Amino acid sequence: MKFDTIIIGGGLSGLISGIISAKKGKRVAIISTGQSALHFSSGSFELLSKENNPLKAIDSLPASHPYSKIGASRVSELANKVPELLSEAGVAVTGSAESNHLNITPLGKIKTGWLTLNDFLTFETMTDLKGQKAEIINIKGYFDFYPEYIALALRKLEVEAKAQTITISELERLRKNSTEMRASNIARALEGKSLEHFATELNRIISPTTDFVLMPAVIGLANEKPLDTLRSRLKCPVYFIPTMTSSVPGIRTQLQLVTHFEKLGGKFILGDTVTDGIIENGKLRSISTSNLGDNVLSADNFILATGSFFSKGLKSNFDKVYEPVFDLKINYLEHRSEWYNDDSYAPQPYMNFGLTIDGDFHPIYEDKAVENMYAVGSVIGGCNPLAEGCGAGVAILTAMHVAEKIS
Amino acid sequence: MKYQQHNVSPNNFEQCLKCTICTVYCPVVPVNPNYPGPKQAGPDGERYRLKKGDFYDEALKYCLNCKRCEVACPSNVRIGDIIQSARIKYSKQPTPLRDNILSDTDLAGKMATKMSPLVNFMLKQPLVKTVMDLTIGVDKHRTFPKYAKRTFVKWFKHDALPYQKDFSRQVTYFHGCYVNYNHPKLGKDFVKVMNAVGIGVQLMENERCCGVAKIANRLTRQAMRDAQINLGAIRKAVIEQGTQVVGTSSTCIFTMRDEYHHILHLDNNDVRSQINLATRYLWNLIEKGEITLVFKPDYKKRIAYHTPCHMAKLGWNIYSIELIRKIPGVDLTILKSECCGIAGTYGFKKENYKYSQAIGSALFEQIEELKPEIVATDCETCKWQIEMSVKTPIEVYNPISIIAEALDVEATKKSNNV
Repeated sequence: MKFDTIIIGGGLSGLISGIISAKKGKRVAIISTGQSALHFSSGSFELLSKENNPLKAIDSLPASHPYSKIGASRVSELANKVPELLSEAGVAVTGSAESNHLNITPLGKIKTGWLTLNDFLTFETMTDLKGQKAEIINIKGYFDFYPEYIALALRKLEVEAKAQTITISELERLRKNSTEMRASNIARALEGKSLEHFATELNRIISPTTDFVLMPAVIGLANEKPLDTLRSRLKCPVYFIPTMTSSVPGIRTQLQLVTHFEKLGGKFILGDTVTDGIIENGKLRSISTSNLGDNVLSADNFILATGSFFSKGLKSNFDKVYEPVFDLKINYLEHRSEWYNDDSYAPQPYMNFGLTIDGDFHPIYEDKAVENMYAVGSVIGGCNPLAEGCGAGVAILTAMHVAEKIS
Repeated sequence: MKYQQHNVSPNNFEQCLKCTICTVYCPVVPVNPNYPGPKQAGPDGERYRLKKGDFYDEALKYCLNCKRCEVACPSNVRIGDIIQSARIKYSKQPTPLRDNILSDTDLAGKMATKMSPLVNFMLKQPLVKTVMDLTIGVDKHRTFPKYAKRTFVKWFKHDALPYQKDFSRQVTYFHGCYVNYNHPKLGKDFVKVMNAVGIGVQLMENERCCGVAKIANRLTRQAMRDAQINLGAIRKAVIEQGTQVVGTSSTCIFTMRDEYHHILHLDNNDVRSQINLATRYLWNLIEKGEITLVFKPDYKKRIAYHTPCHMAKLGWNIYSIELIRKIPGVDLTILKSECCGIAGTYGFKKENYKYSQAIGSALFEQIEELKPEIVATDCETCKWQIEMSVKTPIEVYNPISIIAEALDVEATKKSNNV
C-alpha cells in the first residue's frame, strides 16, 4: 500500500504531523501500536515551564536542543499558531507562549504551563484567587483524586478551601467494582440525565457563600458538551483539577485529534506495530508491520514519532540504548553508570538520550542521513522534558516544523 | 546476569505498566459493573492467579473476547488472551448444556438444515423462544439466523466443483459454519467473484468449525479436535496444493491465525501467513496487477462499513474498505469502530442479553443517524446483531457480496482473459 506520508506513532507528535500533512492534501497514514501517552496528559502543555517568557529563553538553549534546531524565530512563529491548530480539531486551550500561566497538578503542586485545556483552573499570579472561598468536591469512592493535596495548594494561594464528597445513584452503581471506579467510567456515567441529577445534587451540597467549585476532571470523554452543561447548571463557577491516570481530558484530546485527522482524509491504523523497514541508498523504501505481514507500506516520506522509552521509540538493555525498529543512530552516554543520577529528583541524564539527527531532522542510519525520513517528538531527545518542562512543546513544534516543510 | 532481556513471559504479561488504557476501551466495563475490567481481569489478576488459582474470579466470564483491550494497549500485552486462558485454566463452573449447544455450530447446522423450514418456523415462535429462555437460558429477545434448505457444500459439490478445475489458478475456501448452514449465498458470491477473475475454488478436506465459540465457552477439548483437523487440511491445501486458504468471516480467519496458537497452543506458524481474508486476498491480487475487477456502470449504493472487533485486531479493515472503494458508484462512510455487543454466542445467553444490547447501542445509533442503504461488515454475528437491533430495518452485507452484486461478470471475465 502506498501513501504520500507515513507517520510511525500515534501520539501528540504523530497526530500533529498527520493533521498538517493531511491538510496539505497528502495521502497520510499514522500507524500506532496502541493508544498514546495523551491518555495520561495533565491537560496542560508546556513549552519551557521554568521560564516566565518561554519564547525569550529559546535563544539561550544549547545547540543540541530541538528548539535550537528549529530556530528561535521559527519556534515563535509556530508556537503562536498552535491554539488555532488545536481549536480546528475542537480542542480549546488558553495560554500564551510569551507568558506562562499557573495551574494545579493532581498532587497539589502549583505549576507553570503554556497552553491548558479550558477544563482546568488556571491563573496568572499566586495572588489572583486570594481571599476567595472554594469547595473541593470529590466523587465518593474515586481514588485517583486527593482533595487534601488540592486544599494544601489552595492554602498557598490564600484561598479558603473546604472539601467534601458527592455521590448519586448512577455513580453508586459503578462502585460495585472498586477497581473500575475510574475517571473514564465516571465520565461515561455523567452524561445526559444523570449529569442533570449530579448538577442538582451538587447545587444542594455547596454552600451559598462558595465562590467556586473544584472537581476532579472526570467529565466530558467524547466532547466538551457535558462540561458546558454542568457549568450552565451550577450556581457558582466550576473548574477542574487533573486526576491521576487515566486522564479524561487527555483521552478526549486524543479522540478529537484522531477524528479531525480522519476527517481530513487520513488513515489512523491502531493496534499495529512497525517491525522493520528497508533503507537503501539513504532512503527508507518501505516498512513492514505485524498485522500487514507481506503487504509492505511504502511512502515518499516517513515521519518517526515513536516517542521515548515509555512508548518504546527508544529501548535500553544492560549494554546500550537503541532504536528498535530501524537501528538508527542514538546519541547517548556509553557507560551505563552515567545514565542515572542517584538523586531521584535531580535531572536524569537518560532523559536527554535520543536519535542523532541532522539540521533537517533526518535520522542517521549507518553514518548517513536518511533523506526521506524525519524524526519528531520525544524520540529525538536533546532535552530533558521533565526538568525543563518542554515535552509537549517539543512534540508539537517539531511535528509542525517538519510536516510544514515536507513538500 | 542478563535474565531481563531474554525473559519474555507468556502473553507479554510482564510488559503491563498498569496504565489502565485497556479499561478505557473495554466495551463491557461501562455497561456491566460486575465485570472487573481488562486490567484487573487480565495482567493484574494474573499475578495473583500465578500464585494461587483460587484467586480466579468467575466474573471473567463477562469478557467478550473482543480484543479491543489488546488493540488499545501501548505495550503489546495480550490482555484478552490472558483472560481467555485464565477462564479455561481456572474456572470451576461446569459448562452448561446451553453453551454446548450454542458452541457446536457444526452439529446444530447439520441437524437444522435437514429440516430447515420447520426449524426456522419453530425458532420464530414466541412460545418456543420463551421455553428456550426458561429451560436452557437462551434469551427470548434474540432473533435466530435462518437455516438454509441446502448447505453450501452440497450446492458447491453439485453445481460448482465440476468446472473449478478449468481454472489455471486455485484458491482454497474456508466457508465456515455460517456460510454452510445459514447463508450459502455468501459462499456462492465468493465463487462467482473468484471464477470471474479466473480463479478456481477448492474446499478444504473435511472442514470443521473454526472453534471460536468452543474456545469462548471453555470447550477446549472439542475446539482442539476441530483445530487439529483444520490445521491438517490447511497444511494439505497450502503445502501440498500450493493454494492460500481464504475465508469470508473475519472471526474464523482470526481464530485460525491467532487463537489456535495463543489459546490452544497449536503451532500454526508454517501456514499462518497463508490463512487469509477474502477482501485482503483480492486486494493483493489487484494491487499486484494480476487481476482486474470491472463493475456495472449503473451500480449505485450508499454504504456504511462497520469494523468487527476481530477485524480491528487483525488490522485488516483497510483492505475491505479499499476494496469497496474500488466500486465507482459507492458512497462509503466508515462507522466509528465500536463493538456491536453480540460477541458470537455471548449475546445469545440470557444473563448477557441486556449488556450485549447496551454495548451495541452506540453503533446502532450511528447507523440510525446515518441511514445508509446497506451496512457492510466482514463478520456474520455483527450482521445478525445489527439487523436485529437497528430500529429501521437494514440489511448487512459481507463486502464480497457487495463486490459480487456490483461486478460486471462478463466484462470482468473478458478483462482477465477467462
